[in-house]
Amino acid sequence: MTVKVRADGARRSGRGRSRAALMALSGVLALTAVAACGGHDGGGARGGTTGTQGAFRQAPQSDGPLTVWVDATRLAAAKLYQKTHPSAKLNIVSYDGDADGSHYLQTKVSLFNRTRKGWPDVVFSTQNNETSWAVQAGFTAPLNKGLIAQSALSGWAHGAGDPCTVDGTLYCLRNDLAQTVLWYNDSLMKKWGYQVPATWEDYEALGTKVATEHPGYIVGTAGDSFTPEIYMWASKCGANQITGPKAVTVSTTSANCSRMAALLDTLLKNRTMAKSSVFSSDFDKNQAGKILMLPGPSWFGGALFEGTFKTPKGQIAVAPMPQWSGDPTPAVGNVGGGTWLLSAHSAHLKAATDFLTWVTTANDYQGQVAPGYPAYAPAAKVWLANRASSHFYANDIAAPLQAAAGQVWPGWGYGQFSQESIWAATVTPGMTAGKPIVSLLPAWQKAIVNYARSDGYQVKVGS
Amino acid sequence: MSILSIRGGRAGGTPTARRAWWPGRAGHGFVAPYVVLLIAFGVVPTGYAIDFAFTDASGRFAGLANFTAAAADFRFASAAAHVALYLLFWLVSLVVLVVGLALLLHNLAARGVGKALRFLYYLPGALAGAASVMVWLFMLDPTVSPAGFLLRAFGLDTFGQVIAPGHLPFVLTAIAFWTGAGGWIVVMYGALNNISPELMEAARIDGAGPWQIARRVQIPLLRKWIVYMVILAFAVGAQLFVEPQLLAQASNGVAGRDYSLNQLSYDFAFQNNDLGTAAAVSVVLLVVTLVVAVVFVVKSGFFDAG
Repeated sequence: MTVKVRADGARRSGRGRSRAALMALSGVLALTAVAACGGHDGGGARGGTTGTQGAFRQAPQSDGPLTVWVDATRLAAAKLYQKTHPSAKLNIVSYDGDADGSHYLQTKVSLFNRTRKGWPDVVFSTQNNETSWAVQAGFTAPLNKGLIAQSALSGWAHGAGDPCTVDGTLYCLRNDLAQTVLWYNDSLMKKWGYQVPATWEDYEALGTKVATEHPGYIVGTAGDSFTPEIYMWASKCGANQITGPKAVTVSTTSANCSRMAALLDTLLKNRTMAKSSVFSSDFDKNQAGKILMLPGPSWFGGALFEGTFKTPKGQIAVAPMPQWSGDPTPAVGNVGGGTWLLSAHSAHLKAATDFLTWVTTANDYQGQVAPGYPAYAPAAKVWLANRASSHFYANDIAAPLQAAAGQVWPGWGYGQFSQESIWAATVTPGMTAGKPIVSLLPAWQKAIVNYARSDGYQVKVGS
Repeated sequence: MSILSIRGGRAGGTPTARRAWWPGRAGHGFVAPYVVLLIAFGVVPTGYAIDFAFTDASGRFAGLANFTAAAADFRFASAAAHVALYLLFWLVSLVVLVVGLALLLHNLAARGVGKALRFLYYLPGALAGAASVMVWLFMLDPTVSPAGFLLRAFGLDTFGQVIAPGHLPFVLTAIAFWTGAGGWIVVMYGALNNISPELMEAARIDGAGPWQIARRVQIPLLRKWIVYMVILAFAVGAQLFVEPQLLAQASNGVAGRDYSLNQLSYDFAFQNNDLGTAAAVSVVLLVVTLVVAVVFVVKSGFFDAG
C-alpha cells in the first residue's frame, strides 16, 4: 500500500540509533521515557493486523464480556440483546457513531493499533464507508470467509453489501438501507389540491406555487451535510465516482449536477427550500411544523416525523423520489445506512458473530424496533408490515420504499473522504450567505479533489 | 569517611550548619515533582515528536520531507492564516481587556463590589475547557441562546449565519477570552496590589488623576506581567484546537473543520495515518512559539532585576 501507512513493527525495527540519541537528549529518567513511549518494547507481529486482505489470524479466544460500541439510536438494540440473552456478557459503550464523518472510530482504532489493545469487539457506525480505511488498518474481520454462513448472507437486499465489500470480501454487515424517497404531508396536499410531483420539473413548479400560495411552507431543506446525497446523488451527479479502492473520478459541473443545483437555487430563492439542518434547533422550531414535502432517506420517517418532530398520526405519506422527465432509468440517493463491523482482534468471535447476526437479522429488533429500513430483506418485510399496522402513515409506504431500495444510483461510491463534511464546509456556508449553489460547484469539485488526494486517491477530473 | 565523621560530629549541630550541607533542599523538594512531570509529559513527548518529524514511515531519517509534505498540503496555508488572525484578535483583546478590567477591579476594590467582580471574572475559568466551549455552542445558537436577541439584532437568525467563515475569528476569540481571561485578570490584580501604595500616593500628590496613574505608573510596572501573559497566551493560542473542533462537531462540519494547525496535525495523524507529517506540524508550532517567546523575553528585559 502507500508508504505513509505506518506499521508498528516496521517502525520499531529501524529506529535504534535516532532513538538512543533522543533518549540521551530527552533526559535522565529512563523509567518515564519507557512509560511515555509505551509499546517500544521489542518486536512481535500484531495478530490479524497485517493489512492484507483475507490474511485474518484469529486472536486467542477467551471468555469475558463482549465490548460493543453503538450510537445513541442503536443503544436500544444492544440493550434488547442483553434482555433477550440474559446469559450474554455485554459491555455496551455509546459513542457518536461517527456521524457526519467525525472519524472517531478511525482515530480510536489507530490509537489501539499503536497500543495493541483496547479494540471493541463489535462496532456500529452510521457511516457506510468505514471499510475504506478499516480494512487497511487491519481492524475489520472478513465475514464471508467462514464466520457467517453464505446462506445467511444471501438474505440481505440486493446491493446492500456494496459498501462493505472490498475485492469480493465482505467486511461489514449493513444495518439499514437509506434509500431516498419523497416524504410529504398528505393532509396538506389534499387540502390544497396539489398533486404529488413525479418529476423534478413538477416538484420545482409545485415549490414555486407553494411560495406564492402558502409562504412559509417548505418542500425540502438544503441545510444538511447530507444534502448532496439526497439531491445530487439522485440526479446522477458524478461527484463521487469511486472507480477502484484508491481511485475516484470527480465531476461536479456536468449537466446532471448543475440541473439539480439550479433547481435548489430556485427553491432557495423563493424560500420553499429551507437552509437549516433537519437536526438543528432552528429547523425544529421554525420549519418542522411547515413541511409540505421533504425528500430524504427512509430513516426520516422514524427518526424525524415519528421521533423528533412528533408529527400527528395519519399525515405523513411516502411517494417515489421525483425523476428527471425523459430519464428512462429511475435513480434515488442514499444517506448512510449504518454498518456493523467485527473486530479482527476480537477474543470472543463466537459471541461477537452471534450478536452481529442477531442485531442485523432478528425480527425482535430489526422488524419491530429499528427506526431504519432493515437491510436484511426478511426483516424489512416485517418492518414494513409493522409500520403499516401502526397507522402512523397516511398511505402504504411499503411499495415506494421497496422500489427505491433497488434504485440507488450505483455511480456514487463509498470513499474514505467524507462527502458530507466536504459539502458542509465548502457549499453550506456559501449557501447560507445567499450564494447560488450553481456558482459553488467548481469550489465543491476542488475540495473533493483535494481531500481525495490527501487520502491517497488517484483523482480523475471531469466526465 | 571524613564527611561522615564531620556529619557525625555535627549531629547535634545548629540548623545553619545543616543547611550548608544541602542549601535550598526544601525548594528542590517542591520543584522535583514538577520536574518529573515536565520530563514525562513535556520533554519526552517533545523529543518523541521531533524524532517522528524527521523520520519516514519505516523509521529512517527523512530530512525535511515531512515538513515539505505538511507545507504542501492544501489545508496548511489557510490553517496558518486562520491561526495568525486568531492570535492577533486574541492577544490584542487579552492585553487591552485584561489590563483594563484589572485596573477597574483595583479601583473598585475599596468599594466592596471588587470582591464579587473578581469572583465573577474567575468563574468561567473554573469550568473545564471543553465544558465552557459547550456553553458557548448554546450561546451562539439564536434559537436557544439567552442572548439570542443580541444575535438577532446583528441580523443573525440561525446558527449557520452566526458561524459564517468570516465570523470565526471573533467567535473563537470570544470563547477563548471568556474561558481564559478570568485567571489573568486575577493575576494582574495581584500584580497591581504589589505596587507600593507610597508610589501611588506620591503620584496623586503630584496631581495625577486615575487615568494618568494607570498610564504612567501602573501599566509600566505591570509590563513584565503583561509580557508573561502574552508569551503564555501566544503558546496557548497557537495551539488552538478545542474551540474549532467542538464547533465543527456542533455544526455538523459546516465551520471549524481543518481550521487550525493543530487540527491539521490531528487529521494527519488519525485520518491519513501519517504521524511524521503530524509531528512536523507540531514541531513547526513549537519552534514558532519558542522564537516568539525568546524575542519577547529579550526585548522586554524580562529577566533583568528590578
